Amino acid sequence: MDYTPHTEADIEAMLAAAGFTGIEDLFAPIPGSVRLGRDLALPHGMPEAEVLALMEGLARKNRPTGELVCFAGGGAYDHYVPSPVAHLAFRAEFATSYTPYQPELSQGVLGVLFEFQSMICELTGMGVANASLYDGASALVEAINLATGATGRSRIVLSGALNPNYAAVARTNGGARGFSFSTTAAGDGVTGDLGDLAGAACVVVAQPNFFGCLEDLAAIAEATHAAGALLVVVFDPTTAGVLEAPGALGADVVVGEGQGLGVGLLYGGPYLGYFATRPEHVRRVPGRIVGATVDVRGKGGFVLTLQAREQHIRREKATSNVCTNQTLLAIAATVYLSWLGPQGLVELGESCLAGAHQAADLLASVPGCRLAFAAPFFKEFALQVPGDAERVAAGLAERGYLVGPGLGVASAELASHLLVAVTERRTPEQIEGLAKALAEVVA
Amino acid sequence: MSGRARGPEPQTIFDVSAPGRRASSVAQPAGSPAEGLIPPGLRRASPPRLPEVSELDLVRHYTRLSQRNWAIDVGVYPLGSCTMKYNPKVHEDVAGLPGFRNIHPWQPADQVQGALQLLWEMEQYLAELTGMARVTFQPAAGAQGELTGLLIMRAHHTATEGHPRSVVLIPDSAHGTNPASVALGGYKVRQIPSDERGLVDLAALEAALDPSVAGLMLTNPNTLGLFETDIERIAAALHRSGGLLYFDGANFNAILGKVRPGDMGFDIVHMNTHKTFTTPHGGGGPGSGPVAVSARLAQYLPSPVVGYDEAANRWFWDTDRPQSIGRLHGFHGNFGVVVRAYTYLRSLGGEGLVRIAERAVLNANYLRALVREAYPEAHPGTCMHEFVCTAKPLRAKGVRAMDVAKRLIDLGFHPPTVYFPLVVEEAMMVEPTETESRESLDALAAALLQIAGEASSDPELLHEAPVTAPVGRLDEARAARRLHVRWEPGSPWLDE
Ligand SMILES: Cc1ncc(COP(=O)(O)O)c(C=O)c1O
Repeated sequence: MDYTPHTEADIEAMLAAAGFTGIEDLFAPIPGSVRLGRDLALPHGMPEAEVLALMEGLARKNRPTGELVCFAGGGAYDHYVPSPVAHLAFRAEFATSYTPYQPELSQGVLGVLFEFQSMICELTGMGVANASLYDGASALVEAINLATGATGRSRIVLSGALNPNYAAVARTNGGARGFSFSTTAAGDGVTGDLGDLAGAACVVVAQPNFFGCLEDLAAIAEATHAAGALLVVVFDPTTAGVLEAPGALGADVVVGEGQGLGVGLLYGGPYLGYFATRPEHVRRVPGRIVGATVDVRGKGGFVLTLQAREQHIRREKATSNVCTNQTLLAIAATVYLSWLGPQGLVELGESCLAGAHQAADLLASVPGCRLAFAAPFFKEFALQVPGDAERVAAGLAERGYLVGPGLGVASAELASHLLVAVTERRTPEQIEGLAKALAEVVA
Repeated sequence: MSGRARGPEPQTIFDVSAPGRRASSVAQPAGSPAEGLIPPGLRRASPPRLPEVSELDLVRHYTRLSQRNWAIDVGVYPLGSCTMKYNPKVHEDVAGLPGFRNIHPWQPADQVQGALQLLWEMEQYLAELTGMARVTFQPAAGAQGELTGLLIMRAHHTATEGHPRSVVLIPDSAHGTNPASVALGGYKVRQIPSDERGLVDLAALEAALDPSVAGLMLTNPNTLGLFETDIERIAAALHRSGGLLYFDGANFNAILGKVRPGDMGFDIVHMNTHKTFTTPHGGGGPGSGPVAVSARLAQYLPSPVVGYDEAANRWFWDTDRPQSIGRLHGFHGNFGVVVRAYTYLRSLGGEGLVRIAERAVLNANYLRALVREAYPEAHPGTCMHEFVCTAKPLRAKGVRAMDVAKRLIDLGFHPPTVYFPLVVEEAMMVEPTETESRESLDALAAALLQIAGEASSDPELLHEAPVTAPVGRLDEARAARRLHVRWEPGSPWLDE
């Protein structure tokens, strides 16, 4: 394939016009001693039809949902992506544009992002939101950075019921800046004793947490605030039709993964980190914020605002280094939430909640299996199975069901526990099928 | 932005909402509603105020908004440092294949062999292109790649010297993400001036080197579009003092197959697949920022990396990485973006990648020559894939780079990057990319020259521009002063 338009005649004329005699002249500034004096050891190019066939072959080596009925969770869920989402979000005018630095030519993207921020505020109960971050884990890092900046403290208390990958990302990032981390117990499937919070910048909990269980946010907020720390909540926005907004329960920063909002599974990315906080922290918010204003003729429009927080202006003093973010996924989420509407969001939550409880009842009645935790849960729960959870999951996959991850990813003691997630896409028949398959596998 | 819908000015989706209207249909569970499953204090009393619209309302609203946006598919987009090249359509078809789209990040390796094979092969290709040993795909964009590289620097110095060192050198022409990443990586920034050639001032660099310096972040070609011809001396000086050399790959497009960062002495490289390998920029993202490192640094890469068991012909996630810096991404990075980049690499092949570099550089030098008289280049010499020129000569007529940019909009072009890099007055940074034709470049040059003429004959035209865009110049100061960053019921979408 060749996507360049140059004819031989073009090349000759252009070289002459620019004062060069040959293509190699253009590369004269590169010292010969470092030049690659050979062809690249890469495959040859191929026509579009062949590359498509090649890629179809690779794709066929994977076992996607559809082939497997998806009950997997752990931070990524098989929610339905309605047809208008891709048709609208992937319109070329959105997909093939870039950061709206020239607002007059970017009113489309800016307008959607303003709506996105508004919707995130609605879901989380917060006053300001940004225009997206990389993923839930990096959004958590930014929340920790806000908390350390706002409190002048550097001690971070992580819930033991946090997604272990998020905790790992937080430690990787915070370590370099000298932050210290401690982790609470989570033996009952929810955040245990917070311990001594003196000197803590923030407490981080997830709602629902990694085990699917619901946290008593108001109580955690009270203890956190009593110590002068901020409460950071990692919140699943698909639950927001049913669950109280974290902002109404005392959260100071609400972040999370927007994957469930019309994005799809995509083997883990691109997903959509979101970030919301109280208005008093607006100048510490990372990344882009879209604001409304007027043009020279008094007509309304949108711009990137408070850019003096950002790296291209503030450089090493910026609130964050994020530049390219996940705008296209934010557009998808905005279309999805508009499609859903308030009633749809409630129904989505109720459907997940009911399905998960139906599944929990059935699976826990399989001999040798039981619910790991007594705490209330939402769309996902931990199931204790006989023996190694990964082996049970493999047996279920042979029978066409995808579950997991095994909780060995969180702690070795939980190696016989499996996460099972139920979205609105799962039918009662599929849930019964899973229970039957489980009975066979553990028999 | 032709074909823009006529009719009233668009409002937000909230303003076209009507109570009780809806687009969604959600399968409802059989049996009784889920009462009593949520502790009372955790149940939300009234749902979030999302818009209530029909599917047609939805389609019209977002279609109309999209028509208020410039894009590569609409026209020329010569935004310097951003590599706004054509995004092949087939990439979207490939990324949408169920086998790529619908796989779950926690699926065990034996169920996703195609995905792992793709990542593994992509790693080999990027290693060959960069002259590096190993690659991580976790970073979701260039800036996250930078931080990853800096954390690897820390790990290296900590392991070899017992402490991470404290300072990272940055040229004064560097992109803002570089210093911001340095700060997040726990380092202090020490800035190195550019000399009159627009290149790193070697004497200043050597003077800045001491045992506190962990490394130097450099993009080559640099942000002035110039190749750092002293790169071997820079690398030698840095390595002599025990520092590492970091390659910001935002400008990799210019040198594909011509020179490799590894052969220039770089130790750590990030790439912006959204720039060099054509994944659509998506209105500001997603991107992907794979990081490649030399063999001695491979042990520090984020965990896990892809492994290959040759005997079993099987790919797996290698989590046995005791020296790893840890994790940067919740899962495996922006996989869907890597799928597009892989497709591009296989479509073009090695010979096609070299052609990209050649034609990107040709286009930039051609355009630069066409506009040189009115917009002198900031520095002499051959440019690479982009050039920085200045609108300074127009200043005497009261015209600034921003006016040129806005007038270009009226003439049918997206403006170049303006006022960056910061070291050039009235900077205009132009990156045409290899997919623009000679005719488009001629037209862009003609528009730029016309504007230079108008700066004398009718400067008001420039100050008032744009007049053909959906909005005129927007009041950014007001936006920051009277923050209005979300819709709320009852408030009009603007104050007046
Ligand atoms: C020179 C340079 N370095 C780094 C970056 C950061 O890359 P990203 O936006 O993918 O984070 C950019 C682009 O924005 C750039 O132009």
